[in-house]
Amino acid sequence: MNYIFLFLIIISFVCAAFNHRLDVAVDEMLKASQKAVEIAFGLIGIMGFWLGIVKIAQKSGLMDLLSKIIQKPLLLIFPDIKNNEEAQGNIALNISANALGLTNAATPFGIKAMENLQSQNKNKSVATNSMCTFLAINTAGFQIVPAVVIAILSANGMENPTQIILPTLIVTSVAFLSALFFAKILERFFK
Amino acid sequence: MINFLNTLSLWILPVIIVFILVYALYKKTPAYEVFVDGAAEGFKIAIKIIPYLIAIMVCTALFRASGAIENIENFIKPLLDYFKIPVETTIIMLTRSLSGSATLGVLADIINQTGANSYATKLAAVITGSSETTFYVASVYFGAVGIKKFRHALLAGILADIVGLVMAVWICSIFFL
Repeated sequence: MNYIFLFLIIISFVCAAFNHRLDVAVDEMLKASQKAVEIAFGLIGIMGFWLGIVKIAQKSGLMDLLSKIIQKPLLLIFPDIKNNEEAQGNIALNISANALGLTNAATPFGIKAMENLQSQNKNKSVATNSMCTFLAINTAGFQIVPAVVIAILSANGMENPTQIILPTLIVTSVAFLSALFFAKILERFFK
Repeated sequence: MINFLNTLSLWILPVIIVFILVYALYKKTPAYEVFVDGAAEGFKIAIKIIPYLIAIMVCTALFRASGAIENIENFIKPLLDYFKIPVETTIIMLTRSLSGSATLGVLADIINQTGANSYATKLAAVITGSSETTFYVASVYFGAVGIKKFRHALLAGILADIVGLVMAVWICSIFFL
């Protein structure tokens, strides 16, 4: 992460200087730091709402029920959460919310799942294998119906916007599986 | 079909929420108290991810503003022509992993430039719909629990993004060309 951080910043300044855009770049950089705070604050409401709902599901035992149903396939991907029912439930909720295109709901579930995984992590600042796998499949963004994109397309007058559903589903499934594959392969080389 | 999808997305959240509440009632869980308790965590998490978000968003904003994307575009133009990839879509390929709001903006831009029924629009839509903003997701999820060493997580995410892009180009050429 340190290298990516340094590399992105240095290469950007070099390109900006080369393109005579240093002024724009500096301006955008400072604006982005402000935007980061705005985004975080914008998350508070929706995050609070979903965390409240999830907590009800958790306390009532619905979560345990869910985790029992999907335990078998989940343990293949995340072998170290065998005794962590909460993590199983939250990961299941996160993946299903993502699959349904409910990104706003998926994020709080995902963060809860990360917290559950963190609770059994020995070194709190270094990600575990399961955390990396979970992150990788989230960045792949698997979804069955890309609702937002379809909305934009139909608002702009595409004749039959649902024609993108099948190709998108194929691509996103392959991306999902390859995220899983790369995470599992790479975990041996990064300690 | 599109009506069915709209109805589905309209109903899914209410159904989930009502189901959770009814189940809580059945199990005699004090729903209100538990809800408030859980919702309180939303604030803590949002505050905790701010430093990580700043780091990531500054990097990606700088990269986009620097014109590096245009430089890359010129550099790989011959390759794009060979694979019949419209030049308008390169920017979406490069920004998809960096910024979600920028991607939707770029998608709208491509629709404006090339029309809603063009091949470029379809390819861009499939790319947008089939992946997530890798850097944003990483900073939020790992930031919320204080992970500083990401190990292989980002690399795996980016490699999967690249596979997704190659697949998108290939699948779209089969479906739409």
